[in-house]
Amino acid sequence: MDALLLQILNGLDKGSAYALIALGLTLIFGTLGVVNFAHGALFMIGAFCSVTLNKILNLSSTTIDETQKDFLGNPLKVKTPYVESWFGEVAGQSIIEWSVPLAIIFAIPIMLAIGVIMERGLIKHFYKRPHADQILVTFGLAIVLQEVVKAFFGANPIQTPAPDALSGVLDLGGAIGLQLSYPVWRITYFFFSVIVIGGVFAFLQFTTFGMVVRAGMQDRETVGLLGINIDRRFTIMFGVAAAVAGLAGVMYTPINPPNYHWGMDFLVLSFVVVVVGGMGSLPGAVLAGFLLGILESFASTTWATTTIPGINQIIIYLVAIIILLVRPRGLMGREGVMEE
Amino acid sequence: MLNLNQRDTGTFLFVIIIAVLAPFIMNPFPTDSAMAQFNAGYPDLMQRFVIFGIFAIGFNILFGLTGYLSFGHAAFLGVGSYAAVWMFKLLSYNIVPALFLSVIIAGIFSLFIGFLCLRRSGIYFSILTLAFAQMSFAIAYSVLSNPKFNLTNGETGLQVYADDIQLFQVENLTTPHLFGWTMNTTYELTLSAWDFQFNVGYYVSACVMLFMFYISIRIFRSPFGLMLRAVKTNQTRLNYTGVNTRPHTLAAFVISGMYAGLAGGLLASMDPLAGAERMQWTASGEVVLMTILGGAGTLLGPLLGAGFIKYFENILSKINDNVLHAWFQYLPEWLENSLVWVLHWFTGKGWHLTLGLLFMIIVIFLPGGLMDGANRIREALRGRKAKKNLQTPVE
Repeated sequence: MDALLLQILNGLDKGSAYALIALGLTLIFGTLGVVNFAHGALFMIGAFCSVTLNKILNLSSTTIDETQKDFLGNPLKVKTPYVESWFGEVAGQSIIEWSVPLAIIFAIPIMLAIGVIMERGLIKHFYKRPHADQILVTFGLAIVLQEVVKAFFGANPIQTPAPDALSGVLDLGGAIGLQLSYPVWRITYFFFSVIVIGGVFAFLQFTTFGMVVRAGMQDRETVGLLGINIDRRFTIMFGVAAAVAGLAGVMYTPINPPNYHWGMDFLVLSFVVVVVGGMGSLPGAVLAGFLLGILESFASTTWATTTIPGINQIIIYLVAIIILLVRPRGLMGREGVMEE
Repeated sequence: MLNLNQRDTGTFLFVIIIAVLAPFIMNPFPTDSAMAQFNAGYPDLMQRFVIFGIFAIGFNILFGLTGYLSFGHAAFLGVGSYAAVWMFKLLSYNIVPALFLSVIIAGIFSLFIGFLCLRRSGIYFSILTLAFAQMSFAIAYSVLSNPKFNLTNGETGLQVYADDIQLFQVENLTTPHLFGWTMNTTYELTLSAWDFQFNVGYYVSACVMLFMFYISIRIFRSPFGLMLRAVKTNQTRLNYTGVNTRPHTLAAFVISGMYAGLAGGLLASMDPLAGAERMQWTASGEVVLMTILGGAGTLLGPLLGAGFIKYFENILSKINDNVLHAWFQYLPEWLENSLVWVLHWFTGKGWHLTLGLLFMIIVIFLPGGLMDGANRIREALRGRKAKKNLQTPVE
């Protein structure tokens, strides 16, 4: 029972990352009809937003302290981050410590801007081109983004710790008599993703803007004929999708130190998730994300790997292949989306 | 000649001449000159030109003709490599059975994958092939390398060991050979400042490539090829006229899978080692890049693209900051430093960035690839207006 719950929890946090990326992909696909192979790169850029903020906050002024000596006998150089000298030591340190959650605020405008620039600058010109061309140009863009990040941050993974308050282990099972403890940050990540997903759905469901966007997803031409500038709204939705991917990346950094090829690693999986969920279906993407995440974590148990060796590596692809062959539109796919 | 029309004969002869004279053509600069680093006439690189040429020609039969964009072709390349190395381990270092088996295995494997994937088209097909390739990669990398049943030797890569069976091994032939001609034999010809290298492995691969190129011309010109083009143009209509397109697309898929397997077998023949990373999806992406860059749906395009990418991969990645400084030393120092600083990001380790940018530029402005560009230049020289329609296949 404990092991079962543990695997579900494991699956939920991996699944939240898949769900968030797949949600963004589906948003772009459902609104603009563009297959965005650079979406994994956006996730990666989000993660590096968090790294960048961490570096910025750690920018320090160096002062020489004559009273203390270092091990060579020279006067000790004391590095004080600017944040500490501005806000005082306690406040400054806690700001640095909370850099990952703070990066959310930092990342949202950046990711929105990247998304809008990408759509206006590049994707716009590819609406009329075949899907193969869209895949190829975004694939090229993904390579470029990845290499730019590599040029700036190097090829090694960069540690970005979670704040102390959120980095311990939480005993979940005590109350119900189970042995179940789990890293706090992963639970935070799950709740964070639920909030983001809920936010996106609420935005689409309960605002006028969202209503127009949904109408545009159904029938773009008619909405345009009604005198609504649907293109601009879709551009903003592209920005929102980029921001969702970016946030997923920001919050994922303490779980796994980011490196430049994260984008490609997650891209393949999240595409599989989108297709399993059904192209163009937002609830499908979220459902499939969590489902595949949980499946993957169950396949990684010792019991599964000893029964069928290596099942944890292939389970997602296997399930995807079966679902696509049995239910060609995916779990919740709409009729007429990408049929031909 | 050989049942080809005049134009195709010309193309074929052109490729033959280039392939035969490649050691000269790729080596235009004297060995001790500053430009010698642009020479590509060394065996290892020339072998890769033709082998990846075969891979791209095969991919082009699927993507160029039918329009089905497979993102998993590297799986067949990897399977071919493994098959070839196994033949080295079991029989002997002779490459004929190795190539034979790699083509057969890749064919069977692609028949299986193609049968499942071709039930869907468009983006779904791409994702399905991608999923299969990633699955094969994972299987080759971890599952099939357990001690009980070690088929791929996992991370280390499959290679031939001294205690392998090698039933028909000839005593003194301990590297891959074709009935006694070892692949790594290189004859050198020194003409004053030039140093030309003639490698057996290169010429064997080039002969195979020429044969495969000939087959691809024949496929392009056959009724079967026309049918495949019809699939690309309007599959729905073809279905309505009562044609079942599945057997045709499946045949194209298997043929291109066999090309990939052959390329994999040749890779293993040049260097008897097969690793799982050959199957990773970035490797599949590379062959897509080659085909698009050269020009999908054209005869020469894939060869051109493969050569182009492999050349720049080798040459650009060799250019480091010292080389750049040597180039610009006659400039004022501030200009030299700033130029080097800018170019630093695009050369050496950053060559992937150049590749990505180049690829984007090609897809955006020149969807027909380099061949389309060449055609446009030719037409512009003739004084005719370049064709407005970008999608027209160029030959």
